[in-house]
Amino acid sequence: MRRIGIWIAAGGLLLGTAACGGTSSGGGSAGTPKTQALSVGFVAEPANLDFTSTEGAAIPQALLVNVYEGLVKLDQDGKIVPLLAEKWEVSPDRKTYTFSLRKDVKFSSGAPFTADDVAFSLDRVKTDWKLKIKAQLDVVDKVEKKDDSTAVVTLKKPSNGFLYSMATRLGAMFSRTGIADLANKPVGTGPYTLGSWRRGDSIQLNANASYWGTKPPLSSITLKYFKDATAMNNALLTGGIDVISAVQAPESLQQFADPNRFQTVEGTTNGEVVLSMNNSRPPFNDKKARQAVRYAIDHKALLETAWAGRGQLIGSMVPPTDPWYEDRTGDYPYDPAKAKELLGGKTLNVKMRIPNLPYAVASAQVVKSQLAQVGITADIEPLEFPARWLDVVFKQGDYDLSIINHVEPRDMGIFADKSYYFRYDNPEFGKLLASADEGTEQQQTDDLKKAAKLLSDDAAADWLFLFPNLIVAKKGVTGLPKNAIAESFDFTALSKQQ
Amino acid sequence: MTLYLVKRLAVLVASTAVAGVAVFAFMALLPGDPAEVALGVNATPDAVAALRKQFGTDRPPVVQFFDWFGGLLHGDFGTSYVTSSPIGPQISDRLGVTAVLVLGGMLVALVIAVPLGTFAAVHHRNPLGAAISALSQVGIAIPAFLAGILLVFVFAVQAQALPSGGYVPIVEDPAQWLLSLLLPWLSLGLVQGAVLTRYVRSAVLDVMREDYLRTARAKGRGSTGALWRHGLRNASIPVVTVLGLQLATLLIGAVVVERVFVIPGLGDLLLNGVAGRDLLLVQGVVMVLVAAVLLINFVVDVAYRVLDPRLR
Repeated sequence: MRRIGIWIAAGGLLLGTAACGGTSSGGGSAGTPKTQALSVGFVAEPANLDFTSTEGAAIPQALLVNVYEGLVKLDQDGKIVPLLAEKWEVSPDRKTYTFSLRKDVKFSSGAPFTADDVAFSLDRVKTDWKLKIKAQLDVVDKVEKKDDSTAVVTLKKPSNGFLYSMATRLGAMFSRTGIADLANKPVGTGPYTLGSWRRGDSIQLNANASYWGTKPPLSSITLKYFKDATAMNNALLTGGIDVISAVQAPESLQQFADPNRFQTVEGTTNGEVVLSMNNSRPPFNDKKARQAVRYAIDHKALLETAWAGRGQLIGSMVPPTDPWYEDRTGDYPYDPAKAKELLGGKTLNVKMRIPNLPYAVASAQVVKSQLAQVGITADIEPLEFPARWLDVVFKQGDYDLSIINHVEPRDMGIFADKSYYFRYDNPEFGKLLASADEGTEQQQTDDLKKAAKLLSDDAAADWLFLFPNLIVAKKGVTGLPKNAIAESFDFTALSKQQ
Repeated sequence: MTLYLVKRLAVLVASTAVAGVAVFAFMALLPGDPAEVALGVNATPDAVAALRKQFGTDRPPVVQFFDWFGGLLHGDFGTSYVTSSPIGPQISDRLGVTAVLVLGGMLVALVIAVPLGTFAAVHHRNPLGAAISALSQVGIAIPAFLAGILLVFVFAVQAQALPSGGYVPIVEDPAQWLLSLLLPWLSLGLVQGAVLTRYVRSAVLDVMREDYLRTARAKGRGSTGALWRHGLRNASIPVVTVLGLQLATLLIGAVVVERVFVIPGLGDLLLNGVAGRDLLLVQGVVMVLVAAVLLINFVVDVAYRVLDPRLR
């Protein structure tokens, strides 16, 4: 039993030192003005750092624009602006893009960035990338170097999607000598470089001292990963982090209401929260039944109840930052009488199989009660996301209604694939999309407006709301990217007032 | 003793093998295809089939089992579906963190339970002893994760004295390491300490009623001295049993507490693995947890023999 006596003594010692540690570093963590570092909380951690072979939004979110750069990037208004290319010219037949590259750019390894790297990076998409989205660049016929600072890309056919894809991870520029260990050692031209990665916890990015553009105001940024939303909120409350990159539930915003300590930024995303309807089986193979659902839903009340009024009503599959956005909320105004009329006195029993995600669960309750008003009984069945939902709803299409946030940018095209889980089949829609991609920019805008209207008129689905981008930060943090519409969380302007 | 050790070891090996079959079977029953989950909403049937082939999940289950279990025997846990990196090193990294968490929690439990339980037993007739006994009941009723959330609210959010979560490796900053683990240790240790307090109390009470203690007191030792010299070793036998069971409980509790405190341990790895249907990883982690529990039971059984000469 003497041993236990020693344990007690050791325990006392441990608690004693802990108390000392508490006072000394408690004072130190209150503010670190010298190093100018910030830490930002995220939900999903990258599986590895190689977005050429690994799916997952977390990798480009951390690395694109910050560590890797492309020839162009997407600005906060959804416009494509120059980055590593100073300018570009499109030939009259819209098949040749000539990019004039910046001459003062170096990779973080020291190697200069030239047209050879452009050809190398774009060719690798075809030969080495493993992601499904690489098909977006299938339209590229060849990439040639005219001189060190001019790269010429020739397309097989005109495509408006090409330049947009170049602003995503597909257009990231890699060094010919920097791809040995993409999963762990990214080499890019961006304002930050990878410092360290503590798996399961955080990634640290350090300022790139030899960056060609405006030097980043911070010496380092730590991306901290939290699987639990409450833990992330607590970290901001206690000073463990400076920024919550995306608030998971709007109710939690009340904790950060004190304007002397915190600021809340609300912007838009590419996430359309879709009330999907199975277009291929009764009752929703009948357009009237789908229209009835659209009339039966009071979107304003739904947004207020389910998501604390944060977000925006859209009415079709286009977010407000796309050039062909039109407010389509007037197509099906809230009109329960009309919904009942369309149902012709019938009552319906439907399966609403939703992912077990907060926004879906909250919205489903409201949808259920609003549909009940017009005689549609919806049984809510939450499925584990992603595994179960993908299997039952997405793959087997065994559902009548579902609710999911479609977060991919410019993703209206998923309705053109009749095997996609909406099972929507209208050849007219596919034709509009094809002509939009090949035409001039004006024609693209016109065609996609028509396509969005067609989806809405057909009631291919219902669009509950546009998912909001909610950032909370400590007071004094500046340069926060308001809209989450690109694949990256852009750190380049992030700073902290002294 | 040697024969006993050999027998007990054989049981350990056999139960580990049975556990391996059970773990594999449960994973096979889990709905959700790893390839589908990995590819997400952009998947085509061709891509899913190709990935299934790459993962090896298109092979018959029996082949998959022997491939996996054979690998385990020489320490190869396979390659993760999600991160494409070997699973063994991931588990050993995380195991260290969880082990520190569990042992620290145990230590907190002992530091609370042994003095309090003994005190409550010695003073079981007066109000203070009864109060400790009642308080421990309350402690038992609180799950570790709730204790964690309450501790974060009081010490981190309100008092701003300790970090609300996160983990700093000891080699990087020992003081921060200690600070980051204090609340997790407390939330695991308080609850287990409450349970243990009751066992210590009842074990000491039993021992106090034994004849040999009365004899010791009759020889002229004070009651505390008698208990210290003759009582505690005997009282520790039931306590060690409970301690072994509790270690297993702590290990499971750690899985949840790690999520509350954002600690990159085995539990965190396990929950991520389940969500991403990284079945090989989940299998590996569960197998390690099961093996740890079996090993703890083995050690407890052997410890009896050491503590109690009558069993030898």
